[in-house]
Amino acid sequence: MSKYALPVGVLAGFIVLLYFLSVGLTRDPGELPSTYIDKQAPEFDLPSLMEEGQRVSNAVFADGPTLVNVWATWCVGCREEHPFLMQLADSNAIPIYGINWRDDRPTALRWLVQYGDPYVDSGFDGDGRVGIDWGVYGAPETFLVDSDGIVLHKHLGPLTASIWERDFVPLIETGGSR
Amino acid sequence: MIRRLLVTACAALMTAAPVLAIDAEKAFEDPVLQARYEDIIEEVRCLKCQNQSIKDSNAFLASDLRREIRRLLEEGKTDTEIYDFLVERYGDFALYRPRLSGKTLVLWVAPAILLLGGAFLIARVVRRRMALPIDDEPLQE
Repeated sequence: MSKYALPVGVLAGFIVLLYFLSVGLTRDPGELPSTYIDKQAPEFDLPSLMEEGQRVSNAVFADGPTLVNVWATWCVGCREEHPFLMQLADSNAIPIYGINWRDDRPTALRWLVQYGDPYVDSGFDGDGRVGIDWGVYGAPETFLVDSDGIVLHKHLGPLTASIWERDFVPLIETGGSR
Repeated sequence: MIRRLLVTACAALMTAAPVLAIDAEKAFEDPVLQARYEDIIEEVRCLKCQNQSIKDSNAFLASDLRREIRRLLEEGKTDTEIYDFLVERYGDFALYRPRLSGKTLVLWVAPAILLLGGAFLIARVVRRRMALPIDDEPLQE
């Protein structure tokens, strides 16, 4: 064994370790990837927030790529992203369905009247059961689901035009039409 | 007298603790189930408040998760099934002690490798130095 093999090995190991640690520093531990990426979206079947008797369920995915936006009136980030969702809904780029998570029905309805309603419909998840099935841990969360009901992407936090362009649009153009 | 007061005060504080617990739900009637419940909620991370277990957190996500765990226990699910339920939805990070899998292998094995590597290096250096002549005695004519 060469005289230098050991020191060089140790140094290489140290550099590898340093690399992993420095990559770790640039990551936000608060942001967890969804466990459903490239998998079937969890089953859900919720009463509609808007219309009595209507249901919002996995059936809504059949028509093509769909956004599922988890929102609540108590959620500051939801208020923040709301104008962008309105804009997106107006552009008819994609149908947006809401999951009204752990909210109060009258308050939620009032919120939509006051700020506008970007949703085709919202399912009312008052006790948060569907939220847990979807692995939701902080609203707003936005899932992109394709027509086979496969989750293509999840975004945590307020959605903006630049995040939309960067993370969602390419997936809709390629993944949504497979 | 003072001592007795102190003892009484301590006893009062000790019995008060359960009342102050975050989890306000009624205990299971079956003590075995209750014990399992308490063990599980200590092992599960509150994803919203990541350095707390769902036992310690009063975030509503934590209370929702406690409720789900209660429901699963009442349905007769095993601990493994309950942990599977959580990992399926929230990933390995939901458990304070993530399971050993392809993805978490490095996490579990790296500390042992680093420790063994360090021990090996120390042993090597020490052995090499021991082979050297002792030279800390003052030089003599």
